[in-house]
Amino acid sequence: MSIVLEQSEIDRSLKRIAHEIIERNHGLDSVILLGIPTRGVTLAQRIGSFLSAIDSPVPVGTLDITMFRDDLRIRPPRPLVATSIPSEGLEGKDVILVDDVLFSGRTIRAALDAIGELGRPKSVQLAVLIDRGHRQLPIRADYVGKNIPTNAKESVKVQLREIDGEDQVEVSH
Amino acid sequence: MSSHDFLLKNVLLSEGARVDIEVRNQKISQISGELNSELPVIDGKGFMALPGLVDLHTHLREPGKENSETVLSGSQAAIKGGYTAVSAMANTFPVADTAGVVEQVARLGTEAGLCDVFPIGAVTVGLAGERLAELSAMAQSQAKVRIFSDDGRCVSDPLLMRRALEYVKSFGGVIAQHAQDPLLTVGSQMNEGLISSQLGLKGWPSIAEESIIARDILMAHYVQSRLHICHLTTKGGVELVRWAKSQGMSVTAEVTPHHLLLTDDLATSYDPVFKVNPPLRTQEDVLALRAGLADGTIDVVATDHAPHPSEDKDCEWNSAAFGMIGLETSLSVVCESMIETGLMDWPTLIKRMSTTPALIGGYREHGRLEVGATANLIVVNPTAKWTVDKSKVFSRSSNTPFHGRTLTSEIVHTFYKGVHVLENGELTGLKYE
Amino acid sequence: MHSPHLLSINDLSKVEILEILDTARELARITDGSMKKLPTLRGRTVVNLFFEDSTRTRLSFEAAAKRLSADVINFSAKGSSVSKGESLKDTAQTLEAMGAELIIIRHSSSGAAQRLAESGWVKSHIVNAGDGMHEHPTQALLDAFTIRNHFPEHDRDFTGLRIGIVGDILHSRVARSNALLLTALGAKVVFIAPPTLLPVGVEKWPVEISYNLDQELSTLDAVMMLRVQSERMSDAFFPTEREYARDFGLGTQRLKALKPQAIIMHPGPMNRGLEISAASADSPQSVILEQVANGVLVRMAVLYLLMGGASVPTEGVLV
Repeated sequence: MSIVLEQSEIDRSLKRIAHEIIERNHGLDSVILLGIPTRGVTLAQRIGSFLSAIDSPVPVGTLDITMFRDDLRIRPPRPLVATSIPSEGLEGKDVILVDDVLFSGRTIRAALDAIGELGRPKSVQLAVLIDRGHRQLPIRADYVGKNIPTNAKESVKVQLREIDGEDQVEVSH
Repeated sequence: MSSHDFLLKNVLLSEGARVDIEVRNQKISQISGELNSELPVIDGKGFMALPGLVDLHTHLREPGKENSETVLSGSQAAIKGGYTAVSAMANTFPVADTAGVVEQVARLGTEAGLCDVFPIGAVTVGLAGERLAELSAMAQSQAKVRIFSDDGRCVSDPLLMRRALEYVKSFGGVIAQHAQDPLLTVGSQMNEGLISSQLGLKGWPSIAEESIIARDILMAHYVQSRLHICHLTTKGGVELVRWAKSQGMSVTAEVTPHHLLLTDDLATSYDPVFKVNPPLRTQEDVLALRAGLADGTIDVVATDHAPHPSEDKDCEWNSAAFGMIGLETSLSVVCESMIETGLMDWPTLIKRMSTTPALIGGYREHGRLEVGATANLIVVNPTAKWTVDKSKVFSRSSNTPFHGRTLTSEIVHTFYKGVHVLENGELTGLKYE
Repeated sequence: MHSPHLLSINDLSKVEILEILDTARELARITDGSMKKLPTLRGRTVVNLFFEDSTRTRLSFEAAAKRLSADVINFSAKGSSVSKGESLKDTAQTLEAMGAELIIIRHSSSGAAQRLAESGWVKSHIVNAGDGMHEHPTQALLDAFTIRNHFPEHDRDFTGLRIGIVGDILHSRVARSNALLLTALGAKVVFIAPPTLLPVGVEKWPVEISYNLDQELSTLDAVMMLRVQSERMSDAFFPTEREYARDFGLGTQRLKALKPQAIIMHPGPMNRGLEISAASADSPQSVILEQVANGVLVRMAVLYLLMGGASVPTEGVLV
């Protein structure tokens, strides 16, 4: 087991992502953050705070993609987490999905399906804290905190102080 | 000398004496501490010798339902369970309500040659409860019927029941009543009580049984006839019979092995192997039945062996047939519920399962293990433990509620009229001819 | 849910009951917007095996399965080989051979669902959609869901709520399932019925018994009226419909005796004018149509929670 990201690096990464979001979208007028439970939600809230501090507040919502997963047959059902879409809706917005780890890409595919049911945003972008590779679908992230090459059997564990009591990312075999 | 003569060495009588038993010409010729003769020796290994068991309540299904049982397969099941006499219930197709049918059943029994098959005659034509069958003709037939019953159905019409009780007096018959008020049990599925209320199965109230028992006890006494009550299942029924006997009334009663051991909570599995008529009752009833059997209020154990083909049990509860097979497990279940619990000793068990049923049925060649008696006897290992396996039964049907249970006491040998028909629990292929 | 089947409320712990209700609530929120259909059960086959007519229950399960994108096979025993004597076993095995993974069964015989689940005849998940006089667990779940929506302070626990179930308790699977479920959540359940329509043995249930509706009305937070089958009258459970309605019907006068916040429930279909008057059924306190809507949500939750796969992620499948 090794720690690949510490608290200061997580902070720095998220702050950098915030800057990149502003730059790429020429401001924040139509930006909405949607965190994917569980830790994506926390990360979206943190990016939202950075955006507020740097520029202006943006709506932050939650998108539970459980019912859109295609792996119910091989995994036990999980409890649903509340989906909360900001009141202005997704229509014409630049939706930035936020998740902790990008791996096979299946979670993001499910999220895209869910967004498709909810409305028609102007664009959908993806921000992740860790990209560990091994994609099974043609999906890439627009904003990456850190690329961490792994082998498929390793597990990447993101811990955040709001949920886990401390901030760190570890890789174990 | 018959080719079947033998000397059974080293067996225990129920009173505890260790003896040898000599059988010549179908009769018990000698019982003594140490016998020697030229006869072939069968080693009793110190097990118990008992008179062959006698069942007053057996469904052999032939004629008409040979896919469930035949007189032959039922006879095989009987000797496997230590029975040398069974009483074939009348609810066959056609119903045993004429001399012709009872003679046919008796003849099938003779041809099987493994145990005595005594036909029971129907009380009413077609078991329909409307008019009396030709009881006297059945009594005077080759089958010499003495017990009459509509079992499976109750003779519920009080006037008809009165006439039947009166009528059989002329030839020493007895009416065996299946006590079940039909109007109180329309569509009933199991004992009425907490479990039925939880399971949503239509209740079968104890009073449906007890009200008929009470009525018929009084009626039999009034007309001074003999009443036998089939398969008692309730505490209240035991108390009624106890009261009747205390009044000197002429009533006898039976209990099945399954009602001595099993309770209605088994229905929570919804497995129809536990569906039976009359239904399994509560633990309180079971304890009352055991006490009644121990003190003689209940005279006999009768199996109510009721074979059904698998499709009649491999279905939902309401669609399933009522009934359980019981011949092969009867002695072991009685041991489990009466001997192992210390409620009864072996001499009493012999009375309840052999001597008294033989007396009630008038089966003179049964129920006695003594010099001069017909050699209907069995050898039992009273401490053997065995696990019931429904795939290994001799009956043509496998609807035993005891599958997977470990029971005490096993039949080692069965001798029918001196013929060694069961040896070490297996058929010998021999029969009485 | 720890069991692969939903046969009886007894199969569920309080935690599992709340899990189903919470899932249904989230499904309500998801499907409230434009997400009418979820892809969750795409490619999975669900069978509605109905040996007893019940259009509304069948439609509710069908809507639930379809909103989760499952393929639905409807099998009604009427006019089929079942009426020609085909057994439950053969029918279920045939449907499984056609690809069924979950069988929703309605049957007139108590225990039919449990028998199907435990007999080894089939491997499918089994959902009991009403078995004889035994249980109707999804009805009780939707009733609890409806009650919870009206008593938000009792979101995790019904302690302090008093719920009357009125009418033919003896023959009612709805009453049995509700008594188990509401009691498990902490509510006090009162059966209100003439003695002829209460089962022997009910005195040992953890419920109160009353023969007098008027005495109870003002104490109830919810009153659940059961359907009265007309054949009960011919079987002499009560003398006339008029007398039944007078003593146990929720008529307009009795409506006034209810607490203002109490809700009126009915599992349907109603006999207006018999167990419930039109004014009661249509009053602002009636939640009968909500029950119908909630039925779909609760059944979606049950299907979703039952049809999950292995509890250990399969090797090589990446998430």
